Amino acid sequence: MDRIPILDIQNLSVSFSQYVDMFRKNDLQVIKDLNLKLFEGEVVAVVGASGSGKSLLAHAILGILPYNASFSGRMSYCGEPLTQMRIEQLRGKEIVLVPQSVSYLDPLMKVGFQIRKSVNDKRSKEKMLQTLNRYGLGEEVEKLYPFELSGGMARRVLISTAVMDSPRLVIADEPTPGIHIDAAKQVLGHFRKIADDGAAVLIITHDLELAIEAADRVVVFYAGMTLEEAQASDFSDESKLSHPYTRALWRAMPQNGFRAIESIKEADL
Amino acid sequence: MNKLMVYMFKNFIRMLLLLLFVSITAFILVSLSPIDPLQANISQTALGSLSQEQIDKLEMYWGVNEAPIERYLAWVRAFLHGDMGTSLLYRQSVASVIMQKLSNSLMLMVFAWIISGGIGFFLGILSGMNRGKIIDKLIKGYALLTASAPTFWLALLFLLVFSVWLGLFPIGLSVPIGMDAASVSLSDRLQHAILPAVTLSITGISNIVLHTREKMIDVLESEYVLFAVARGEKRWEIFRHHGLRNILLPAITLQFASISEIFGGSILVEQVFSYPGLGQAVVTAGLGGDIPLLLGITVISAAIVFAGNFIADILYGIVDPRIRKGARS
Repeated sequence: MDRIPILDIQNLSVSFSQYVDMFRKNDLQVIKDLNLKLFEGEVVAVVGASGSGKSLLAHAILGILPYNASFSGRMSYCGEPLTQMRIEQLRGKEIVLVPQSVSYLDPLMKVGFQIRKSVNDKRSKEKMLQTLNRYGLGEEVEKLYPFELSGGMARRVLISTAVMDSPRLVIADEPTPGIHIDAAKQVLGHFRKIADDGAAVLIITHDLELAIEAADRVVVFYAGMTLEEAQASDFSDESKLSHPYTRALWRAMPQNGFRAIESIKEADL
Repeated sequence: MNKLMVYMFKNFIRMLLLLLFVSITAFILVSLSPIDPLQANISQTALGSLSQEQIDKLEMYWGVNEAPIERYLAWVRAFLHGDMGTSLLYRQSVASVIMQKLSNSLMLMVFAWIISGGIGFFLGILSGMNRGKIIDKLIKGYALLTASAPTFWLALLFLLVFSVWLGLFPIGLSVPIGMDAASVSLSDRLQHAILPAVTLSITGISNIVLHTREKMIDVLESEYVLFAVARGEKRWEIFRHHGLRNILLPAITLQFASISEIFGGSILVEQVFSYPGLGQAVVTAGLGGDIPLLLGITVISAAIVFAGNFIADILYGIVDPRIRKGARS
């Protein structure tokens, strides 16, 4: 494979230091040795249970980990090392985040302003209106405050914030929480379109079914470790899946028998 | 609009109730006070040389033997007719004593209110934006120090340093001693007001600094600021776009709530600087058993403090879109 991946993550580990008591610190590793490659035009889903440190993956890439977190490993963007300095130049322009919920929007600022990052020139306004239009939002949405948005509108507004500049890498953190399956498919369709326009899209989700539906490749993540990386099509056949956790997840899906996941033993991991 | 009227009306009733309870409490406290107005205002020797008839007259003037409830009811009745009574010590109507003292105090309080609000807000932002750095530690240290220093002690210290040692300001009163009232200039008055006003401001600043700092830190730790960082906004942009906007609302509440603190502080500061304002008048009235004046000042101050909080509520409704738009739908 000669293509240079847009994002290449090698052996990424993220850990938190916590105070056990007054003097002793404890390092809590939340992501262990993660490897991930994303190519242009590709949608990759990272699937993991809640609390498995998925969001931290997004934060690590964007360089916005909290002060008590540290990471090791190598990340490169389009073949160049992605250092803190580099990400500070790129984020918001070439690398964008689509956050989880409307609480990531300033509650006291009109949505229009936030979509165009408080820039007020004519070009940004036009681009914003185009974007709103593209996601089926009316012009009046510009004048609303975040608390006035419905769940579905909020979702589309959050995606709109990402496509104002032409991003090369879109990281969507849990883009389909608690919305109706059809609405979720529609949202994922938007990401597919962004990828088709030439970006790489990383979707972080807990929903395996949607991940298989929307992504080209699926990475299954459990307790901080990558358990399985497979083509989405491999999920149509249990025998193509290698890890017992993934197979258990697969069997738990309604169309595959709907069997509850038995507790997995540490030894399996 | 209709909703606003209902809101105003409700608050008006609330204010009346508050004033009623404040006046009752103040009256009960005065009635329980061991101060005998005759002993407090007439020297022991003079009292000894008075005839029983004169003492009876004085007791009637000070209302010593009247039943407290009747006195209170009489006061309320007169107050409802717009008559706050006559000050027993100043021998003028309570209204005119309050007007006169309030105009002196107002200069101090407005100055301290604006200065402590402005500087406190600015320092709080500076401190919160630079959390953990030297400048934050200095500002926080200063705020904690002045917050824990008693106002009267600070006032004494200032008096000692700036008036006695350095001789920069007069040591007390609001006008030069022995000068004809007509020839007192505005600059004389200002010079006499500066030191008490500064003292009052300094104690007010710390509270505002600490609260603003805390709010600023909350905002900076919020998810919307994290997202702003992820979108490449720089520190200054984050402050301009999100920080200021989101701490302005709590700052409004804080600024108007601080009126009560400025009022309380002014009593101590005026006492130390012998500044003839409302704060000093209330102490004189309390210690001299001048019940009409004491009740008058108490009720007026309560009304001013209530009005401050009420204005904050109204402003909140105008500024915060969640309340403004929420009320409409």
